[in-house]
Amino acid sequence: MSVPVEVIFKRPEALRDRPTHYCPGCPHGIAHRLVAEALDDLGLRERAVGVAPVGCSVLAYNYFNCDFQEAAHGRAPALATGIKRGRPDTIVFTYQGDGDLASIGMAEIIHAANRGEKITVVFINNAIYGMTGGQMAPTTLVGQKTTTSPYGRDPEQIGWPIRMAELLSTLVAPVYVTRQALYTPQLVRKARKALHTAFRLQAEGKGFTFVELLSSCPTGWGMTPVEALEWGKEKMMAYFPLGEFKKPEAEEGGKK
Amino acid sequence: MTSTSVIFAGFGGQGVLMAGKLLAEAGLLEGKNVAWIPSYGPEMRGGTANCTVVLSDEIVGSPIVPDPDHIVVLNRPSLDKFEPAMKPGGHCVVNSALIDRKVERTDILPTYVEGNTIATEIENPRGLNIVMLGAFVKKSGLVSLDSVKEALHHVFSGAKERFYEGNLKALEKGAEAV
Amino acid sequence: MTRVLMKGAEAVGEAAIKAGCRHFFGYPITPQNEIPEYMSRRLPQVGGTYVQGESEVASINMLFGCAGAGVRVMTSSSSPGISLMQEGISYIAGAELPVVVINMVRGGPGLGGIQPAQSDYFQATRGGGHGDYYTMVLAPSTVQEAVELVMDAFDLADKYRNPVLVLGDGIIGQMMEPVEFPEREPALVDKPWATTGCKGREPNIVKSLLLDPYELEEHNRKLQQKYERMKREDVRVETVDLDGAEVVLCAYGTTSRVCRTAMERLREKGVKVGLVRPITLFPFPEKTIQSLDPKKVKFILTVEMSLGQMVQDVKLYTEGRIPVHFFGRTGGVVPTPQEVVREVLKRLGKEVEK
Ligand SMILES: Cc1ncc(C[n+]2csc(CCOP(=O)(O)OP(=O)(O)O)c2C)c(N)n1
Ligand code: SF4
Repeated sequence: MSVPVEVIFKRPEALRDRPTHYCPGCPHGIAHRLVAEALDDLGLRERAVGVAPVGCSVLAYNYFNCDFQEAAHGRAPALATGIKRGRPDTIVFTYQGDGDLASIGMAEIIHAANRGEKITVVFINNAIYGMTGGQMAPTTLVGQKTTTSPYGRDPEQIGWPIRMAELLSTLVAPVYVTRQALYTPQLVRKARKALHTAFRLQAEGKGFTFVELLSSCPTGWGMTPVEALEWGKEKMMAYFPLGEFKKPEAEEGGKK
Repeated sequence: MTSTSVIFAGFGGQGVLMAGKLLAEAGLLEGKNVAWIPSYGPEMRGGTANCTVVLSDEIVGSPIVPDPDHIVVLNRPSLDKFEPAMKPGGHCVVNSALIDRKVERTDILPTYVEGNTIATEIENPRGLNIVMLGAFVKKSGLVSLDSVKEALHHVFSGAKERFYEGNLKALEKGAEAV
Repeated sequence: MTRVLMKGAEAVGEAAIKAGCRHFFGYPITPQNEIPEYMSRRLPQVGGTYVQGESEVASINMLFGCAGAGVRVMTSSSSPGISLMQEGISYIAGAELPVVVINMVRGGPGLGGIQPAQSDYFQATRGGGHGDYYTMVLAPSTVQEAVELVMDAFDLADKYRNPVLVLGDGIIGQMMEPVEFPEREPALVDKPWATTGCKGREPNIVKSLLLDPYELEEHNRKLQQKYERMKREDVRVETVDLDGAEVVLCAYGTTSRVCRTAMERLREKGVKVGLVRPITLFPFPEKTIQSLDPKKVKFILTVEMSLGQMVQDVKLYTEGRIPVHFFGRTGGVVPTPQEVVREVLKRLGKEVEK
């Protein structure tokens, strides 16, 4: 496989040794691994509680080796709020797709961020609804064809793709907001670092942390895994710039 | 005939849904009542796919058939799954190019078709489903081959017209093979 | 017109368009995605509008607004999505607006599964949201009937100024059957109450708020009169072989088809068996149930893809005169004709073969 799997050394403890149900070449598996490695590196696995979304990663609770709850579609940040408030010692993270987070769950994400909930949100942006068979997402690119935008996304009709990281960084409370991508080994390495930072900040009790990961969906996009990575690098990264949109001042090179 | 059920099964991507649809279309052309229902859900993703077609002179009752009259199987897991479920006396049409075992039951009628080989020979590897359909229709006589040809014409028209000739050939070759 | 082979979900979409519906708002969910997908393709071709809402909550409120503006409008979803729509449906019933809502039911509760079920019967027939209201509920058992009922649903919604729910399931949505679209012009009615701009008239207000308890009580009484009128004028039911039946099966939608196949096999075994198939679940065909003769009918067997919901209505209307039994599978499992046959024979005290 041509997916950036430079990270195959050994299975992190925070992941179970199980085959996943993801399509061949789907980056969900890599994203899981990066989250698990961050938890391992920081020694947080036994304190961690994940919240699974409704989307292709609905079965994430089968793959992570830590406590998990499964939320209703879009409500993961609300569940996470409840978990963290009820048990402040836990390390709470949600793992959400773009339909889950930026469409039906827009209210929950904005308000969890605005309250400065001390949680980590991992946002997988693949510009489509994978689970339900390739419908348009709020992050679907202009002109991109999906099963419910058969003539291509028309901004006149349905608006422009939402840039979640930028949107959340306009709020006062969040401490760390970043966008990374999973299209090449170099990018994956950076994404891993970002997740590490996010979980560390949560463990330090700093506040709300948000890591958007640009991903791909070979099945929903109707491409081979390689084509999908290329398309992501070219098209997704052009519209969704990578970077750290918010970072505590004390962080190295940080700007607030 | 009051009601006859056929299950087409194989890997996702082998075209079993289309084969079933063509049979249903052909039945409709012959004035029968028909129903076609696919398996749906995560099963579709990379895994197995199947559809059930019911043809009837009367109202079609339950479209979900636990014990089909006939089966057309394109891969091994499908044979393993549906052979035991069949009613006695039906046709079991097997893609022997991919399935490395024989039918075990003695109360059903096996037919072995080198589906992939035939499809490759006529330079239409994606026509495997139609080859198998041709074999089944010839063997079972459930509908006439002409009706299936008409259905093919109907389904492969307009933008899909260019697939018509190739599939017609696949159908004929499948029928000749048994 | 000739009969064409069509998938239930797409036929439902086309039927809505034939009924004059040019506006569709919805949110994807399995197993009904082919309806919004069809509408996103077809509506622009006929000058209509398709909007994918950001959620079911938003989508049903888009219907609320659109219906208030006097326009024929539809949404479709499946169980978890329909639960989210209940707030809006309650407001729409309160504001007395005509909308059509399709529910291709899947197994619950919660996220449940995606295979066909009938476990939303309570939600559908008891109003579903808060307040003293009902929605009309139509339950097709074939793709052809789905087409006809969807077209009727728009007329009934207008007639009663009330939400009409079409309750299908994954099978009705996914199945392909021959359909013929009735040639009829949409019966569009005047909607003088709609918010179209008040030029030349007093302003129209579409709302459900009535703070004065006496006024709200009066409003509720008026709603009840509508429901009573539905019971008088628009009950639909199909009965099969009730004459001389010693056993009566009662089932709607997909399970009624399972029962039909079971009936053939029961007849071969000498059992006199009939079927009551409610087509409207609200209003329920109570008279048909009441008219069954306790001297002839040994028992009624209600068959559902749930663990027993409609059976409560059947019991209610038999008023204890005839024993009512239940057989069901749930969670997305479809009962087989054999299971129904076995249950009937067992209840009759006959030999049950393996
Ligand atoms: C209330 C409700 N509405 C709709 C659905 C159907 N549904 C399941 S997953 C999904 C969207 C998935 O897309 P995304 O969040 O982008 O994740 P992906 O599958 O692409 O990873 C939808 C609409 C549901 N389960 N519940
Ligand atoms: S549908 Fe897309 S997002 Fe879902 S598992 Fe397949 S490739 Fe991944």
